[in-house]
Amino acid sequence: MIAAYFERLNETQGLNFSVFYDAFDRGRFLTGLWTTSYICVVAIAASLALGLLGVWLAGSRSRLARLLVRGYVQFFRNTPPLVQLSFFYFAVATLLPTVSDGFGGRSPLVSGTGWAIIAFSLFAGAFNVEIFRAGIEAVPSTTVEAAESLGYTRLQLYIHVVIPLAFRICLPALNNNLINLVKTTTLAYAIGVPELLYAASQIWSESFNVREMMNVLLITYVLLVAILVFVMGRWEKAMRIPGYST
Amino acid sequence: MRASSTDLPVLLPYRSPAGIAPSGLAAPILLGGATLACFAILFGASLALAQVTARPAGESAAAVLMRWAPLIFQGFLFNILISFLSMALGTVVGVLVGIAQVSVVAPVRGAAWGLTQFFRNAPWLVLLFYAMFLLPFEFSVFGLTIAFPAWIKAIIGLALPVAANVSEIVRGGIRSIPSGQWESAESLAFTRRQTMWMIILPQAFKRMIPPWMNLYAILTMATTLISVVGIQDGLTITRAALVAESRPELMIPMYLLLLLMFFAYCYPIARATLSLERRFNVKA
Repeated sequence: MIAAYFERLNETQGLNFSVFYDAFDRGRFLTGLWTTSYICVVAIAASLALGLLGVWLAGSRSRLARLLVRGYVQFFRNTPPLVQLSFFYFAVATLLPTVSDGFGGRSPLVSGTGWAIIAFSLFAGAFNVEIFRAGIEAVPSTTVEAAESLGYTRLQLYIHVVIPLAFRICLPALNNNLINLVKTTTLAYAIGVPELLYAASQIWSESFNVREMMNVLLITYVLLVAILVFVMGRWEKAMRIPGYST
Repeated sequence: MRASSTDLPVLLPYRSPAGIAPSGLAAPILLGGATLACFAILFGASLALAQVTARPAGESAAAVLMRWAPLIFQGFLFNILISFLSMALGTVVGVLVGIAQVSVVAPVRGAAWGLTQFFRNAPWLVLLFYAMFLLPFEFSVFGLTIAFPAWIKAIIGLALPVAANVSEIVRGGIRSIPSGQWESAESLAFTRRQTMWMIILPQAFKRMIPPWMNLYAILTMATTLISVVGIQDGLTITRAALVAESRPELMIPMYLLLLLMFFAYCYPIARATLSLERRFNVKA
């Protein structure tokens, strides 16, 4: 029924929303959506892990480790993500060996999608380190001292007191960063990863419906972000401690 | 009593425990220097590697780089120019939309909120595509044809998300002024417009500066996106140089050079933002 409606729209109004009635275009678009979601989910998980690792290293006693983390954060925060991605995909990839793809050919060790995930995780991870650090610093020192005086060890202190509080404090900033990550995934277009923008551009260059596809694309991204905002908002609400305002 | 001449723990000098917060950060100058040094080491190593792995050994990698560096720098300057122009455009529009966001007229407020949220949540690259493909390449006003080259369209495309973010910054800044200011202005018979321009905005302005600078740094880094839509910028020229030389081992030094340029420009901005933030925090 939807397909019929959009087909009629195309015939009568000249508005060609081919993704809604053409099975091939729809398939491409959905594949793109799937790739984007896949990159988003993996990169979000990896960037969170990187952020935790970074903040743990930044708190260690080793001066070298601290300096390394700081350098990593500053480097990735102050250089354009697109150039980082190009650097990884075009430059670093040439250093890696190729592997046999099982059909007699050679394929690179890490695919374009892989490099996109690596670059975006490193990029967002750098921001996450800063966000987690700010959250940990915002835990009141009296709370920490109270826990210390109750005989908590450093590890227990982190697990039972600091991290639960810090996590709630940094959730809003984390939200922003993760939304930013979702928006950054469009850059993978530049290295030819078949994600949503790439799929859309293929469709509009074949069906000549730039205007319509552009709007569909924009709304799809806004919806994707809205879903993330909704989920994170629910999570934030569920994690709220009554009476403890941050 | 000297502290060292006792073994009673109470009398030992107070040693602060290892901070729970991982804030043992190096001084900013040291840090910037260290990062730059890391860069330099990486850069040197990649150059050496390029020199060693060159097949057949041709011109030295450093010489090739020196030849291209001025051109890449020109491209980088174009990025900076684009960032200035779209920041100016975005700020003008964003301030107006931001003030509209705290309007007393509900439809104006709603529309401004909707616009802000929409353009803030759409990816920059998609907005850029939007502007590039959907804006006409020339306008006709009263028989006068105004050309609309690609780079102007790119500026508009980049200004859209900037305006939305500025709008949010302005709204946040205005909201951060205690309501007592509004009430006392009202009791002094200021009109709403007077209150806004003479009392609220001058105070809020100070608080908007750091996030605004932060946004500028983000925009500067986003200007490389224009290479995707086919405008000659630093990244395009870097790629073109690599194609012209066709020496794959030069890729890492070349890209590092471009990264270094952006880092050298954006890092001081990030530092200044931090120090301004700190300064305004104390006074607030």
